[in-house]
Amino acid sequence: MATLELRNVNKSYGSGLADTLKNIELSIDSGEFLILVGPSGCGKSTLMNCIAGLESISGGAILVDGADISGMSPKDRDIAMVFQSYALYPTMNVRDNIAFGLKMRKMAPAAIDEEVARVAKLLQIEHLLQRKPGQLSGGQQQRVAMGRALARRPKIYLFDEPLSNLDAKLRVEMRTEIKLMHQRLKTTTVYVTHDQIEAMTLGDKVAVMKDGIIQQFGTPQQIYNDPANLFVASFIGSPPMNFIPVRLQRRDGQCWAVLSSSLGVAGQARCELPLGELEAGMDNRDLILGIRPEQIQLAADDGAEAPSICAEVEVTEPTGPDTLVFVNLNQTKVCCRLAPDMTPQVGSTLSLRFEPSRVLLFDAQSGERLLAKKRQATDNKVAQLKRG
Amino acid sequence: MNDASVAQRRSAADLLPSGDGGAKRRMRAISPSRLAIHATLLFAAALYLVPLVVMLLTSIKTPEDIRTGNLLSWPETFTLIGWVKAWSVVDGYFWNSVKIAIPAVLISTAVGALNGYVLSMWRFRGSQLFFGLLLFGCFLPFQTVLLPASFTLGKLGLANTTAGLVLVHVVYGIAFTTLFFRNYYVTVPDALVRAARLDGAGFFTIFGRILLPMSVPIIMVCLIWQFTQIWNDFLFGVVFASGDAQPITVALNNLVNTSTGAKEYNVDMAAAMIAGLPTLLVYIVAGKYFLRGLTAGAVKG
Ligand SMILES: Nc1ncnc2c1ncn2[C@@H]1O[C@H](COP(=O)(O)OP(=O)(O)O)[C@@H](O)[C@H]1O
Ligand SMILES: [Mg+2]
Repeated sequence: MATLELRNVNKSYGSGLADTLKNIELSIDSGEFLILVGPSGCGKSTLMNCIAGLESISGGAILVDGADISGMSPKDRDIAMVFQSYALYPTMNVRDNIAFGLKMRKMAPAAIDEEVARVAKLLQIEHLLQRKPGQLSGGQQQRVAMGRALARRPKIYLFDEPLSNLDAKLRVEMRTEIKLMHQRLKTTTVYVTHDQIEAMTLGDKVAVMKDGIIQQFGTPQQIYNDPANLFVASFIGSPPMNFIPVRLQRRDGQCWAVLSSSLGVAGQARCELPLGELEAGMDNRDLILGIRPEQIQLAADDGAEAPSICAEVEVTEPTGPDTLVFVNLNQTKVCCRLAPDMTPQVGSTLSLRFEPSRVLLFDAQSGERLLAKKRQATDNKVAQLKRG
Repeated sequence: MNDASVAQRRSAADLLPSGDGGAKRRMRAISPSRLAIHATLLFAAALYLVPLVVMLLTSIKTPEDIRTGNLLSWPETFTLIGWVKAWSVVDGYFWNSVKIAIPAVLISTAVGALNGYVLSMWRFRGSQLFFGLLLFGCFLPFQTVLLPASFTLGKLGLANTTAGLVLVHVVYGIAFTTLFFRNYYVTVPDALVRAARLDGAGFFTIFGRILLPMSVPIIMVCLIWQFTQIWNDFLFGVVFASGDAQPITVALNNLVNTSTGAKEYNVDMAAAMIAGLPTLLVYIVAGKYFLRGLTAGAVKG
């Protein structure tokens, strides 16, 4: 049980090298589960090692329960880490692997036995205690690695891609188990993953990193619904968000994005999405419209007010829980996620509807999100409604 | 996972199928190419064994036998007089060699292990350069270090002592032992040391509790290598030791090269075999680790 706060943390591996971590600002409450996601090489492991004390930081401060620990040695920080490669001691059996950290801390033998038994029961590895790591399957090794971290009852757990070496089925099982474990133990946790389902399902908070910079830090819902920039929007979500280059028109005191499909039928092959009031000067810039596949629906026949467009179906991919349909809008392939019973023929024409309030707008050059003045207000209202 | 466990699993897997499949394989194995391979191998083995056979036969012959028969003829009368005489000559020198080899082997292996641990797990500024220079030591011919070594031993007051010779062997051997251990430890994942540090283990605890227990194969390689080098060394022995402190290789040379009296080949051969026995013994006892250790870096998991 501890809070963790990173203040302006910088890390450079050498004077000649570029900074690996740049001005990292994060803070999580006691018992919270923080997910770190980002592409390979963006500095996730480096950040974990800095928190654990295995690497020194070049600037800033790391605070646990409000006290700066950045000068402490790893063993005094009371932080446990689970490594991607598990890093089990190969010559020791499972029991000794779990007990090693306790012995190092001079715990009494009876207390060690008790603690090992508790952890083994928790992780259901009681029958493996006498085995060497080499005699365990990947999933069992993973459990032992977690057991070693759990045994010390540290203030903070760090998990560095703990499930990435497991096969898909086991990964899903362990994901649920980790979630259960965290709900039970309520220990502050930082968890690195590549897997965005893990990111969305496990975390209380998510930090998206790129090139050593935190791109966005928020709840999974904020990251998903309200990405700060193109990178975050493209990184989270599967299938990924559609990005459609658009031109803007200014009319009736607000901006409109123009979409057109390759169909010849005029009128229906074109639609205008109202985007609210944007800053002046936006009209001439290259803009990108972002919309998630599940936010494109079939237009209802009831003549609803949402703008719709006709487009030709190019490819369909029935995935089971839903059907992915690809159409072409503004010369860009666009994925729509439809109900599984919808299986339109390739080449047929669909009438698609966009919910203007869910459409995001990005600056093509900087990748930054552009917020309409009016829309910000409605977003806040939506957020309030959700909370209430 | 780590190499050790992979190796463990692999060797267990190797053992299983050979139990029932081996016999069948042997049955259909007799093909012309296989025959040719076996013939070549047998021939090569015989070629290498001939000198040993000659030595053994000669050592148990009487001097008359040696003069009348040829190198490979069976002895007319079997006698151990050559061995007895040889032992009486080299007895003291044999123990000199033991007193030189054992401490030198143990110390150089221990220092090499520690060096390799630091150079692979606790890299410091300039450690690459340090390792490069140390590697350079592997390519230094013995002859080039004779004068500086003798100068240094003189300054230290260790000239012509067993301790001095041990020191020379340790210093010369560290380059090799460090190389062995460093190359073995770079295949050990860094995460192991990181995990141990988080568990609260310090520098020597990590070395003693985690890495050394994983190092049996490479320790064996080092012991065999260093023992063979030091036991068989002649040059350092002849330069840095004199009189009763000389190692067995020097004594053997003196015995064989004496020009007074009739040549007693049986004694020469027996003495040479006595000088060679300890290295042979080391190979028999620890040899199975030798290949495994040398190739350990190659089978990265
Ligand atoms: N010990 C090191 N020395 C120098 N550069 C390093 C070291 N460890 C990692 N890096 C560099 O830091 C960057 C981030 O690495 P890492 O934290 O492992 O990324 P991630 O875990 O997100 O894949 C990479 O560019 C990597 O090359
Ligand atoms: Mg990593």
